[in-house]
Amino acid sequence: MSLYFLCLILFCIGLYCVLRKRNIIKIIVGVGIIEYAVNLLLILIGYRQNGRAPISANDQEILNMVDPLPQAMVLTTIVIGLAVMVILVALALRIYEKHGTFDITKIRRLKG
Amino acid sequence: MKLLIFFSLIPLFTAFLIVLLGRLRNQAVLLVTAMSVYLMKIVNASGVVIYKISGWSIPLGVCLVADGLTVFMLCIVNLVALLVIIYSCQYMRGFTDKWKFYSLFMLMLAGMNGIIISGDLFNLYIFLEVASIAAYALVAFGIEPEDLEASFKYAIMGAIASVFILLGIALLYSYTSTLNMADIALIVSGNPGSVLVSFVSVLFLAGFGLKAALVPFHAWLPDAHSSAPSPVSAMLSGVFVKTLGLYALSRVFFNLFSISSGKVFFALMFFGVLSMVVGALLAMAQTDIKRMLAYSTISQVGYIAFAFGVGTPLAIAGGLFHILNHAASKSLLFLNAGAIEHATGTRDINKLGGLNQKIPLVGFTSLFGSMSISGVPPFGGFWSKLMIITAAVQAGHIVFSIVAILVSVLTLVYYLKFQSFVFFGKLRSGMKEDLKSLHFGMKFSMVVLAVICLLTGMVFLPQLKLALDSAVNALLVGNGYGAAVIIQ
Repeated sequence: MSLYFLCLILFCIGLYCVLRKRNIIKIIVGVGIIEYAVNLLLILIGYRQNGRAPISANDQEILNMVDPLPQAMVLTTIVIGLAVMVILVALALRIYEKHGTFDITKIRRLKG
Repeated sequence: MKLLIFFSLIPLFTAFLIVLLGRLRNQAVLLVTAMSVYLMKIVNASGVVIYKISGWSIPLGVCLVADGLTVFMLCIVNLVALLVIIYSCQYMRGFTDKWKFYSLFMLMLAGMNGIIISGDLFNLYIFLEVASIAAYALVAFGIEPEDLEASFKYAIMGAIASVFILLGIALLYSYTSTLNMADIALIVSGNPGSVLVSFVSVLFLAGFGLKAALVPFHAWLPDAHSSAPSPVSAMLSGVFVKTLGLYALSRVFFNLFSISSGKVFFALMFFGVLSMVVGALLAMAQTDIKRMLAYSTISQVGYIAFAFGVGTPLAIAGGLFHILNHAASKSLLFLNAGAIEHATGTRDINKLGGLNQKIPLVGFTSLFGSMSISGVPPFGGFWSKLMIITAAVQAGHIVFSIVAILVSVLTLVYYLKFQSFVFFGKLRSGMKEDLKSLHFGMKFSMVVLAVICLLTGMVFLPQLKLALDSAVNALLVGNGYGAAVIIQ
């Protein structure tokens, strides 16, 4: 149970980082932390106590195995997270070229 | 039905092929989107069609599902995409690296088609991310400082929304041990009243609501839609917001959780009405044409969310019909805004005037779009709003219906303001001669969309009624969706 709480705390740290920080790079790091927290939760959902990898072989009988599907899902979400991260970092670099700063309070040409 | 998979496969492969065949991009892109429009003929409008990828049986493998709602949404998305592509072949001439634009556009189309045909919750998430990432890049396509700022804001909020959706999917998986949407529908209906399902529906409401720009989560939309190149704004406002937000939301709430009434629907209704009012009030104050249209999108999406929240058959029919009308008229208006910007070089309504003397075609078509969206009788928008408001009155939500009628009047006010400032009155002195002429492709797309706006006004057209009815039935069967898919 404590693992789930740690996962929740990680999620909250990421959310705090996105909401409160002014530096674009720190916001991007916050998005990364949130993604890792959810990936960790997915892995925890698939985990069984003392489980082992579900690899089938002739002379082995598997009694207690972890659920492999969330692990496959996590691989996919990591790749998606990478794509989002690349877009965000590319945008951050361009913004720095145009505005000369990473501070979001100084980049306010649009009113929202 | 093997053809179903081609809706996302064809645009996906074209996206990569365009990178190789840079020079032939216009022809290739046109051919491909025309093909996806043609494919719609093959998908039968009645009954549920299923394609099992690699032949795995249903709860094990990934499957694609086409029921009435899917066909309805596919028609809208692919038709608008084709017209926007025809328009952008000539509009995008002023930009550099056009092949990147087409490549990203095709990725976005692949993502949207994928969301609509997916019968697997995790696949829906993947396609949603494909479409979103392409959209973040497309918003920043002009790389002006404003574009970058809008795109960054959109990307951060979109990433948070996706994380909420993924969290919801993870919790739902822990509860049902399956990702197949039909299987989930059956398991959830077997154990009604679970707290976890309520929690997951709140997560989905936040995630998809942010993608649909319902009001507490709307801040990204006006920036992103007004900064993007006009064809992209037309796609984003016309179909993107509805596919990623409202289609996914309605699919999950009606078919997966089969919630028929209760707090979640009241929340949807409340956010819908809030979006209507806030969007319309903010749209009144705008002087930039595209920002005004973007706020109007928030307001109209509010109508659709309100209709889904009311949840009676007539309301759902009205909501789906409003998706069609709004897709046609809002894409048309954004294309008009693009044409105005192309011809005059400005989007500020205070600097424009009397354009009917110079570009009458844009004036006419935008009149059609404006009248349809603000609900003037011969056009489609009138009928869909009438259906939504009648249904709301029948369901006893009198206060909300009155608000909806008042917002409709406000909508008419700001569209009339747009018409009179931009197209009527005196021509500005600076614009006497040097207006750029519009190309054939741009005119063609605008005229076709205007004709669609007029045609949807004939609600009793048998094909339209059939398509709408089967779409409504697809939502109304609730968890019957699960049974219908599992049988095959």
